[in-house]
Amino acid sequence: MSHLQLTNQLAGKGTPLRDRIFMWLLFLSLAIGVFTLAVLLTYVTIKGWPRLDIRLFTNMPSVRDPENAGAQSAITGSIWVISFTALVALPTGVMAALYLEEFARPNSRSQRFIEVNIQNLAAVPSIVYGILGLAVFARALALGQSVITAALTLALLVLPVIIISTREALRAVPRNIRDGSLALGATEWQTAYRQTLPAAIPGIATGTILALSRAIGEAAPLLLLGAVSFITFNPDGVLSDYTTLPIQIFNWTKDSREEFQVLAAATIVVLLLILLAMNFVAIWIRNKTQKRW
Amino acid sequence: MSQLKRTLLAASPVLVAALLLSACGGSNNSSGEDGGSGQIRIDGSSTVYPLSAIAAEDFQIANPGIQVTVGSSGTGGGFEKFCRGETDANDASRPIKDSEIQECADNGIEYAQLTVAIDALTVVVNKENDFANCLTTDQLAAIWGPDSTVSNWNEVDPSFPDEPLPLFGPGTDSGTFDYFTDVINGEEGVSRTDFTPSEDDNVIVQGVAGSKGGLGYFGYTYFEENTDRLKALEIDSGAGCVAPSADTARDGSYTPLSRPLFVYPSVQSLADPNVAEFFQFYVDNDVEIAKAALYIPLSDAAQEQLVTDFAALLNQAGS
Repeated sequence: MSHLQLTNQLAGKGTPLRDRIFMWLLFLSLAIGVFTLAVLLTYVTIKGWPRLDIRLFTNMPSVRDPENAGAQSAITGSIWVISFTALVALPTGVMAALYLEEFARPNSRSQRFIEVNIQNLAAVPSIVYGILGLAVFARALALGQSVITAALTLALLVLPVIIISTREALRAVPRNIRDGSLALGATEWQTAYRQTLPAAIPGIATGTILALSRAIGEAAPLLLLGAVSFITFNPDGVLSDYTTLPIQIFNWTKDSREEFQVLAAATIVVLLLILLAMNFVAIWIRNKTQKRW
Repeated sequence: MSQLKRTLLAASPVLVAALLLSACGGSNNSSGEDGGSGQIRIDGSSTVYPLSAIAAEDFQIANPGIQVTVGSSGTGGGFEKFCRGETDANDASRPIKDSEIQECADNGIEYAQLTVAIDALTVVVNKENDFANCLTTDQLAAIWGPDSTVSNWNEVDPSFPDEPLPLFGPGTDSGTFDYFTDVINGEEGVSRTDFTPSEDDNVIVQGVAGSKGGLGYFGYTYFEENTDRLKALEIDSGAGCVAPSADTARDGSYTPLSRPLFVYPSVQSLADPNVAEFFQFYVDNDVEIAKAALYIPLSDAAQEQLVTDFAALLNQAGS
């Protein structure tokens, strides 16, 4: 007899029918999400199938020749931008969370102020970060329309999410791990670095990848920051011009020629594959580092 | 070794591989010949974008060392960057505004206006439609306005027969939609929404060809390819009915549904031999580029004038 049934019987309430309706409601909610995703995936894969080949990776975009156009500059551009976003956002976010969770005086006024602000920042629309990035990185710091401007702006965009998820992960580490470490004579720093942080890695990895997945799909702030529509070379440094996959897709869907619609669908599949690969890395890290107490 | 370090080490090849992957093939960062910057930046109107992108594509095939990028942040957004000296040229679907002239002057950016092609929209109806030959811009606004409930030809003009009026138009993302709504409804992006939109002009052709009372609009050159299936309406903006054609578009009499498309190169940038060479290429191949981008090319006389003007401009730039 299952736990639920036993509880119901002991409490003497709940009918099997109501139980079943509730379960079906839960299932239906799940089905709506999964079904939508399945339809979307099937649609873009079928539509993009004729162009889902090596040309997409080896060829540069072309306005003249949709038959042989590829998305190489957008693929490399996306990888450059997201790599530097991770390079900036991951250490900053994890360290900020570590400070807030392990070192800051809990429930002090300043602490609460910072907390509320981080939570609000996580809800700010991405276009606002684009305006900020344009004013600060592109113009004030004179970084121009470059890969690093995009990476820094996207890093700001995902930072609140990384901080919040890292704090959740740190909070889930049992208190007695810290107590044990401190009791054995480790300093607070040693405890945080050698015990608490490693134990929290699975949660941090999951949160970070979700945040970066959001960043790789962003187009709005990058349009403001000067990601270009037509570019036939790969980035060759952090100050290089660039475009990214969402912008290339947006650009192609605007073209009235049918071939470009197919190309856009094929590129969407590539973007989804990159997202899947990123999620795979997160799951892999989680499984490798997961601990049970 | 701590678990954190091990994990970071385990994950690092992924990041390194990603960087290497993106770095390979990106080695063509040579600065161009003749000591120029090797990098040319164009931004501006998404309507002019196809012209500049085709020019950039063709030019880079002939000159692999020079990198040309074309953005499409809109005429206004482009001028903002252009007048700050962030781009070498701006694509524009309207002449530069006074405020933008001032902005450029404040930053010491000199520029020239080159007309590179003509954009024209055509309002089309079914071949079997024998009652409507000419519509005034007011009638078009009554049909397409945001509050319009017109669904029958006899509501447009009492002399028209009782015939349903299904509407077809380009998708709201397109420059054609922006242009049409701007000049007909008075504000860009404002339109009734209960029409059949499509980014694919073919769908509009099929829709209008498939229903006797159908009406739609798209670029003039696309109509030229479908004259056997569709009929173009003449447009009366107050000075009589004018039929769309390459000539009436070029001389400006087919108004307001035709407009010249401009590129504004910066005179300072033209001092760079690579930039000068690119625009020489653009100007020399202008007619062919306009055709490939499905716009109306300049007349022979206008093309000659463009070449002459550009030569004078290069002299001024001292290149």
